[in-house]
Amino acid sequence: MFMFIVRRVFFALVLLLAVSFFTYMLFALLPSDPAALTCGKNCKPDVIAANRIRLGYDKSLMEQYWLFLKGIFAGRDYGAGAAAFSCGAPSLGYSFGQHECVTTLIAQTFPVTVYLSIGAFVLWMLIGISTGAVAALHKGKWQDRAASIFTSIGVSLPTFYIGLLVLFSVVIWLGILPFPSYESPFENFPTFLRTMILPWSVLAVLSAASYTRLTRNGMLEAMNEDFVRLGVAKGLTTRIVLRRYVMRQALVPIVTIAGLDFAGLLGGAIITESVFSLPGMGKMSIRAVVESDLPVLVGTTMVAAVFIVVANVIVDIAYGYLDPRVRVK
Amino acid sequence: MSQDVVLSVQNLTVVFHTPDGDVVAVNDVSFDLRRGETLGIVGESGSGKSVTASSILRLNNSNTATTTGSIIVSGVDVLTAQDSEVRRIRGSEVAMIFQDPLSALNPYYTVGKQIAEAYLVHHPRASKADARGVTLDMLKKVGIPSPEKRIDEFPHQFSGGMRQRIVIAIALINNPKVLIADEPTTALDVTVQAQILDLMKDLQSEFNMAIVLITHDLGVIAETALDVLVMYGGRIVEKSTVEALFSEPTHPYSWGLLGAVTSLGTSDRGELVAIAGSPPSLISLPAGCSFNPRCAYALDICSAQVPLLRSVGTQGSVTACHLPNNEILTFGRKAASR
Repeated sequence: MFMFIVRRVFFALVLLLAVSFFTYMLFALLPSDPAALTCGKNCKPDVIAANRIRLGYDKSLMEQYWLFLKGIFAGRDYGAGAAAFSCGAPSLGYSFGQHECVTTLIAQTFPVTVYLSIGAFVLWMLIGISTGAVAALHKGKWQDRAASIFTSIGVSLPTFYIGLLVLFSVVIWLGILPFPSYESPFENFPTFLRTMILPWSVLAVLSAASYTRLTRNGMLEAMNEDFVRLGVAKGLTTRIVLRRYVMRQALVPIVTIAGLDFAGLLGGAIITESVFSLPGMGKMSIRAVVESDLPVLVGTTMVAAVFIVVANVIVDIAYGYLDPRVRVK
Repeated sequence: MSQDVVLSVQNLTVVFHTPDGDVVAVNDVSFDLRRGETLGIVGESGSGKSVTASSILRLNNSNTATTTGSIIVSGVDVLTAQDSEVRRIRGSEVAMIFQDPLSALNPYYTVGKQIAEAYLVHHPRASKADARGVTLDMLKKVGIPSPEKRIDEFPHQFSGGMRQRIVIAIALINNPKVLIADEPTTALDVTVQAQILDLMKDLQSEFNMAIVLITHDLGVIAETALDVLVMYGGRIVEKSTVEALFSEPTHPYSWGLLGAVTSLGTSDRGELVAIAGSPPSLISLPAGCSFNPRCAYALDICSAQVPLLRSVGTQGSVTACHLPNNEILTFGRKAASR
């Protein structure tokens, strides 16, 4: 098991290195000079030239990539003399759009994304698994059909549509909640809750749909297993058979997919954050795309990739604990 | 009901409701089982033998199947009893072993936990340590080598034969009066089959339990059973002792079954004779006797009227066949001597 984990972590690091390389090569695809983007339209050529040298865009692409990698571990100093500044390790570059170290920007926006992700995740797991279980236990009855309609809506309607619909009806039309304006939960918890309740619910309901389907099908499949019949034949109560036999089996794929979905969310829920004006990483990424603020894009992509890769490793390890048949000796 | 009848099935009928219509999987099946006895139920796939078995523990889904008749275990009718009463009977009075030992065990728990679980349901006051002790004893009894080590292993670490031993251990841990074995050896190698049958016989005499042995293998029946029910199309077509079945079978279907058995040491070349045609679809059973389209001896009445069970011959056999008694006995003896 230990060697298995060591091997998985090693491959994860190699994968991240590859991701960082290909992401950084975005700079090569940029049609214009990144230095020209540093100071807007009426920028003087000498300022552009100075910025180019200060931010390192005068060096070759490979050299820039090397400095980027080095910066992650050692931090990075820009310029010299009075105009010099530095981004401490782990430095992911300097945003010329927002004139701030990328790491600092991520540190500001990441908590918002985490709050959004955790809340939505908890809600959608609860909604998804419970509706799926109800549907499986009432297969073919109205509960099952209702759950099926719910999943169809959930998987087919896009987030921005539901998001805007909810925003419009609850906030503007009914006026039940104030217009979302994010505040940190440590500063103003009630406002935080009032702001988050809609994005949490929208994200949860939409993501829950696939978990409803997964739970329902997993449980129905498990119910046909011989070992479940043996459990019943032992004289166990329905509750125990459902928990130790049916759910135990249905949970294996759910945990796997949930881990990856949650990690994906941590990279920024771009649409949800935009619709509900949450200052999270997703919204920052969108802004970076619009402004061609490549350092920010590279940084957020790296953070998202780290979460996906880490989640994969965790899911792989968890899988061994969940299913003794794949446990590595 | 006599004192030592441990299981009495009367007029059991099971109807499955499917999108294509109702299917009568078991039709008016009755039998009694006495303490320590073995009853064999033979028949092809779809003859209703497994459904009969699962009805005894009320394992059929009540949403899709209607079960009528009565199944009396220790004075309780399993079909009408409360859920809690049925749960008490399951595992403690009547236990079951399944066809495929590879899928009958829960892959997520150690075998020790699964055996102990079966014990603890019916001994709620026992401690975990007690249950573990009983489990270890049981593992020894079913012949698992080095049980102290293997008790904490998972099902996938055992071979098919060993897993069937575990399933038997689960079934017998509460010393049930009746063991229902639904094709217990079908999924196993021939050498392992014999071991499992021997084990079942040994444990049967040790625990003095009755066994309902469901199989399509007449060899297994010959080796283990005392009485035999032959089922076809959901009905009992012949009920006899195992000796009578092999010396004086009384139903054309049984003659066919005997003709399809290999035997060593017979004088002729022992040609295998398959029964013509294929088992009927339960959704559209032939009118009259279900076997008539495949029966070489069929009369006109056979496609018009369902034959009732009646006694025939000297060995107490009961058959559901329209043929006259003398013909049944002549053809039967001929089939047996082949």
